[in-house]
Amino acid sequence: MLLRDVAAVALGAAVTGASFGAISVASGLPWWIPVLMSLLIFAGGSQFMAVGIVAAGGSPAAAVLAGLVLNARHLPFGLAIGDVLGKSPLARIVGSHLLIDESTAFAMAQKDPARARAAYWACGVSLFFSWNTGVLIGALVGQAIGDPMTFGLDAAFPAALLALTLPALKDAATRNAALVGAAIALATTPFLPAGVPVLLALAGLFAFRTTKKEEEPCPSPQS
Amino acid sequence: MPVTAVLILAAGTFAIRFAGPLLRDRVTLPEKVRELMSASATVLLLALVAVSALTSGKQFGGWALAIGVAVGGLAAWRKLPFVAVIVLAAVTTAGLRLVGVA
Repeated sequence: MLLRDVAAVALGAAVTGASFGAISVASGLPWWIPVLMSLLIFAGGSQFMAVGIVAAGGSPAAAVLAGLVLNARHLPFGLAIGDVLGKSPLARIVGSHLLIDESTAFAMAQKDPARARAAYWACGVSLFFSWNTGVLIGALVGQAIGDPMTFGLDAAFPAALLALTLPALKDAATRNAALVGAAIALATTPFLPAGVPVLLALAGLFAFRTTKKEEEPCPSPQS
Repeated sequence: MPVTAVLILAAGTFAIRFAGPLLRDRVTLPEKVRELMSASATVLLLALVAVSALTSGKQFGGWALAIGVAVGGLAAWRKLPFVAVIVLAAVTTAGLRLVGVA
């Protein structure tokens, strides 16, 4: 049951990873950069983000900054489920690298601590292998494709990001903030260096007003 | 994407991940802060979608690109598989360019 769910998520990660590899190479990066990113960063959203900003002509500094802000959400995840990693220093170090949206969600879904630990590691390890394998294959295949403009691959990138973002937009408060942010980014793009408008979008958070607690996208932590 | 940038992003991301398990006995983040962190991720992602779907450099990116992304978004909204979303977006844009839409 658990293994079946993990396998399904891992398969999805492999496909997303392959897309990331192919799109990165299409944007002009050598094949090993997306592979290195996936091994060392291992956070799909921030990888897409960083490559996208650089591909649009933004500075690497803006790409790193946006990636870090994006990954800041892992801090509360770790605070919520940090005890499932285990107590030994090695388990904490390796376990921290596997702290992703999916492994957190799987661990939180379990009531029993032992099962939560098993779910966390099963999901984290499976996704690490499937994600990285997917990226490697995607990068190598992407190399063979050629000019991204002819194949419409420049549309593939925002479409992939949109598909990843869509579930979080169900929450009304988040959606309002995101729409205001996107409008700010678009309005400032003609005047500012690439990469900066996306960071400015964070001003949209001023429009972030939570009203009710019922519709949280993540299960409530510390259950 | 220089290697240095990859390494900095990797180190920073690991520090964020490692801090949670390390500090969990001493720190509790207020609900509001946790919500803001989660929302900021979505805000950044949607902003990047908007910019990369509608602009190229400092100008409008052209109808072929915008419509392709819109078709992909529609497919995602209709819960089509991730690969279908990407392929539909790319094929739409490529097809429009083929028939002369910029």
